[in-house]
Amino acid sequence: MRQDTSMQLEIGGVSHSYGDLCTLDSLDLAGEEHEVLGLVGPSGCGKSTLLELICGLQEPSAGTISVGGATRAEGRLGRCAFMPQRDLLLPWYSAIDNAALALRNQGLGRDAARGAATGLFERFGLAGFEAARPAELSGGMRQRVAFLRTLIAGKPVLALDEPFAALDAITRAEMQEWLAAALRTDPRTVVLVTHDVEEALYLCDRVAVLSARPGRIVAELASPHPRTPERDAAVTDPEFIAAREEALQALRGSKRTL
Amino acid sequence: MSAKGTTRWRRVLLPGLLLAALIGLWQIAASTGAIADALDLQDFLVPSPAEIASSLWENRGLLAENAWVTLKEILLGILCALVVGVGMAVLMHRWQLLRDAAYPLIVASQTIPIVVISPILLVWFGYGIGPKIFVVALICFFPITVNALDGLRSVDPEAVKMMRSLDASRWQRFRRVEAPAALPSLFTGVKIAVVVAPIAAVFAEWVGADAGLGRLIQSDLAYYQVARQFAAVVVLSAMALLLIGLTTLAERRVVTWR
Repeated sequence: MRQDTSMQLEIGGVSHSYGDLCTLDSLDLAGEEHEVLGLVGPSGCGKSTLLELICGLQEPSAGTISVGGATRAEGRLGRCAFMPQRDLLLPWYSAIDNAALALRNQGLGRDAARGAATGLFERFGLAGFEAARPAELSGGMRQRVAFLRTLIAGKPVLALDEPFAALDAITRAEMQEWLAAALRTDPRTVVLVTHDVEEALYLCDRVAVLSARPGRIVAELASPHPRTPERDAAVTDPEFIAAREEALQALRGSKRTL
Repeated sequence: MSAKGTTRWRRVLLPGLLLAALIGLWQIAASTGAIADALDLQDFLVPSPAEIASSLWENRGLLAENAWVTLKEILLGILCALVVGVGMAVLMHRWQLLRDAAYPLIVASQTIPIVVISPILLVWFGYGIGPKIFVVALICFFPITVNALDGLRSVDPEAVKMMRSLDASRWQRFRRVEAPAALPSLFTGVKIAVVVAPIAAVFAEWVGADAGLGRLIQSDLAYYQVARQFAAVVVLSAMALLLIGLTTLAERRVVTWR
């Protein structure tokens, strides 16, 4: 009973299909408050669909999803903030207006919304870029603004869909450290979809490995050193490497069943 | 910087030089009577640019008066097309059912021959400005509606999901994402409309009017006032070019992110 109430996210027997195409098959997953959950899996295994289902952007074909007690789509929509794969910053707004989008939607005036976002710009290494248009920002900067936009919405659950997939390796490592720092200072329940096992194990407390379509969970691993300040040290640690190998084995195994 | 300056000069200078050369040639050919001889016409039927210019000056009051009428028809016609066209595009974007029902009819409306409908409008509504506005609006409605709808449909579905997840109401999604995204496309439609509107206005006047450049050109034809006819054409072209220029300027002021 106690365990039930501490669960921020509960997915029970969720299946989903688009027409005849079954993308998810009786999936179970749970996450505690402030836990960072990773979802890795081959392309097209329904990771992104699962994220949309959690966020209440769609209802699953079968099964239940509960986010902070809300089981209906509208309820989940109010408790989750979704960060899509591409940054999708709106080119007609400045960086700060993009970041403050949720506040504007929630009814705040422009100045109040900007004021609320300004503090976060400083904290997250974006000071000085408030008035910049998205086109003037680098890929890493754009992802930072996109993440702030998600964070600022003030939702208990963040759903991140391959947030750094489009970045080069060096920027991606930097952004992972940056996100780890952001989550250390501002902990949230996070569901992170990625195809990068290393990224998942560095950023997440727990990583679920999904099989190829129809997606089901084939392995669940605990990360040895989630979100430590020293990323390079963390990912070269033998324990980490062992966990990574285990995850990769599970991924390969999941593909072989096809 | 200098390269950019050079191309700008070329863009203004080269067409200017070509135009000057053509006018010069015409001046020589017309003033020596070469064209009239070749076509076996009397000299006054082939006015030289200088004669057209002096007719332009002598008849400036009359031309301005009639140009004002035609300009009103063009502007009010485009305004009507803009209000109805953008309204229709928004409604068709909002309701798929309406789009499926109305879109074929909007395409079909383009097959109505203006040549046929204009005299009927004349019979119904008389010689005033109303039927002209209607013809201009009818011609401009299509490019505006189709382009506005295309613009609205060009919105990335992922951006809509992102906005829904950031607590945006339908109106906020429209106001902050769909409407700005549709603006460049809408301007394309307006530019096409602005190019065809003067032709539509002149044609509508041609069929029967009590004022306007089209009517002036037509009545001058009856009295062999060829120089003033050309002067009216010059005024009409200048007006159309001015409208296109203003539209482009407005586009640059509004669509600042391209």
